[in-house]
Amino acid sequence: MATVVYTVGDDVSTDVIYPGRYMATVLPAETPQFAFADDAEFNGRLKAKQIPAGAALVAGANFGCGSSREQAVSTLKGHELVIVAKSVARIFLQNAINLGLRVVMCPTIEAGVRDELEVGDEEVVNRTSGTRYPVVPLPRSRQAIIDAGGLISFTRSRLLTRT
Amino acid sequence: MGMTVAERILARASGLPAVAAGDVVEPAVDLAMSHENAALVINQFLEIYQGTPLPPKIWNPDRVAVIFDHRVPAESPKTASNQKKVREFVAAQLVRKFHDIRGDVGGICHQILPENGYVRPGAVVVGTDSHTTSHGALGAFAFGIGATEMASVWALGTVLNVEVPATIKVNVTGRFKKHVGAKDLILHLIGRLTAQGANFKVLEFHGETIQRMPTSGRLVLCNMSVEAGATAGIVPSDEETARYLREEAGVTGVITPMLPDLDAHYDRVIEINVSKLAPQVACPHTVDNVKGIAEVRGRPIHQVVIGSCTNGRLDDLAVAAKIMKGRKVAANTRMLIFPASARIFQAALRKGYVKTFMEAGAVVMNSGCGPCLGVHEGALGDGEVALSTTNRNFKGRMGNPRAEVYLCSPAVAAASAVAGVITDPRNGGR
Repeated sequence: MATVVYTVGDDVSTDVIYPGRYMATVLPAETPQFAFADDAEFNGRLKAKQIPAGAALVAGANFGCGSSREQAVSTLKGHELVIVAKSVARIFLQNAINLGLRVVMCPTIEAGVRDELEVGDEEVVNRTSGTRYPVVPLPRSRQAIIDAGGLISFTRSRLLTRT
Repeated sequence: MGMTVAERILARASGLPAVAAGDVVEPAVDLAMSHENAALVINQFLEIYQGTPLPPKIWNPDRVAVIFDHRVPAESPKTASNQKKVREFVAAQLVRKFHDIRGDVGGICHQILPENGYVRPGAVVVGTDSHTTSHGALGAFAFGIGATEMASVWALGTVLNVEVPATIKVNVTGRFKKHVGAKDLILHLIGRLTAQGANFKVLEFHGETIQRMPTSGRLVLCNMSVEAGATAGIVPSDEETARYLREEAGVTGVITPMLPDLDAHYDRVIEINVSKLAPQVACPHTVDNVKGIAEVRGRPIHQVVIGSCTNGRLDDLAVAAKIMKGRKVAANTRMLIFPASARIFQAALRKGYVKTFMEAGAVVMNSGCGPCLGVHEGALGDGEVALSTTNRNFKGRMGNPRAEVYLCSPAVAAASAVAGVITDPRNGGR
């Protein structure tokens, strides 16, 4: 069960998830401190480790639109958040798959903070409201990367089989 | 069935006779571009090789380009150290398409690539920057990827598991009115499509208006295609493409055209006639919040920015200089101008544009991404309003979530800088 800890609307850009002024910080081990840095309250709770791993962030359409910065994914991955969004921008989705951030596309999702979600591959069940929402499967082309545990290990095995 | 430009390029690069939207392919990469975030690419690249007997080696250094532009010159020891790390890495890996912080060959990646002839029609271009879509202006299939994806490209020379995107045909007809152009067209299109209207799709631009448009304008269209969510924007190559590559980019070899098949299948067709198009402005805080200038004119502005990979080219500066010559930037407004490359900066010096801008009170800055993404310089104060020829107006984009950014063409920006309020260049221009 995933507890909803944060909700955002449509078209939340990578500038909101990971503000540009922190882009000089690149390493996945260092980016989590700047997640949603312009929201001092939520950022503070993340940094204080008050958000448990596996908690859900519920977003509207086109989540992660904007830049290709991978920090916007590694910063959320660092807190082991689960993203349930109505839809997700292309580069953000690809980066999430590459780094192993769990993203679920759920076009009709309705959920508020403190709701309890059961996040499955075919549907999301909001246990608090009792409503079930269908999930749009990830592009089939991506499944191999997920199954390999991310792009680094997928590429590594390709390199080794090629030579 | 016939193929779109994207399908033709992906078929060629994947060694297949034909592909269709939805197919999964592994195209060979013709050019792989990164900027300062190469520091992260290097980190991921080395991780790929961990635990293997293989030495970390870029598959083909001649197909890799690295351009410093996001924070130039470095604003912090951290950035400077990352740039140092990248500089040492590209030297060791023999990457020759490396553009350091320089006043002769430096500049913004999306100008450096075209002006040096690094991109040809039919090429597959990937870049660790979302505005890599720009290079579709030369008939290439160019798209943004993340740093880990780039590390994989550096290792393999291909992009793994690419799903061939469907294509939306955008057919543009009519002649622009004076002080209306490519930026107004693309803002209008994004407003119509919305910020997600072309998500996972390609925008392929056609029509007499596009055929008449110089490459500099086509770069604007393809650059901002990503703001409608598009994977890529593409202008099929033509005589203008060949002219640009030969005359402005110094290309001497054979230039093979890249056109769609006559019976190509399109997801949908959008028709736009620009004859009556007014100057367009994207209002805070999304790029698809587009309004005609009549709805926003008169709004006071504190900072005007002309530049970026979208509108920092010589004809952009020419338009602005013509409007500003002999006039002054308004008292409560500051104006920042940053040419897209050192080459453009030098041309602007020769043509007297820099003198015009400085006499008007504008600050002309070195080529780079500058204030566009709020990491470096030109930040806004609380409650301030910027009017900018850049490509994004997201909350916090220009360094301050308590400020607002409006997006417009160079003509609107220049006329507004003089007036101190958002101004229709057809009235406030010349």
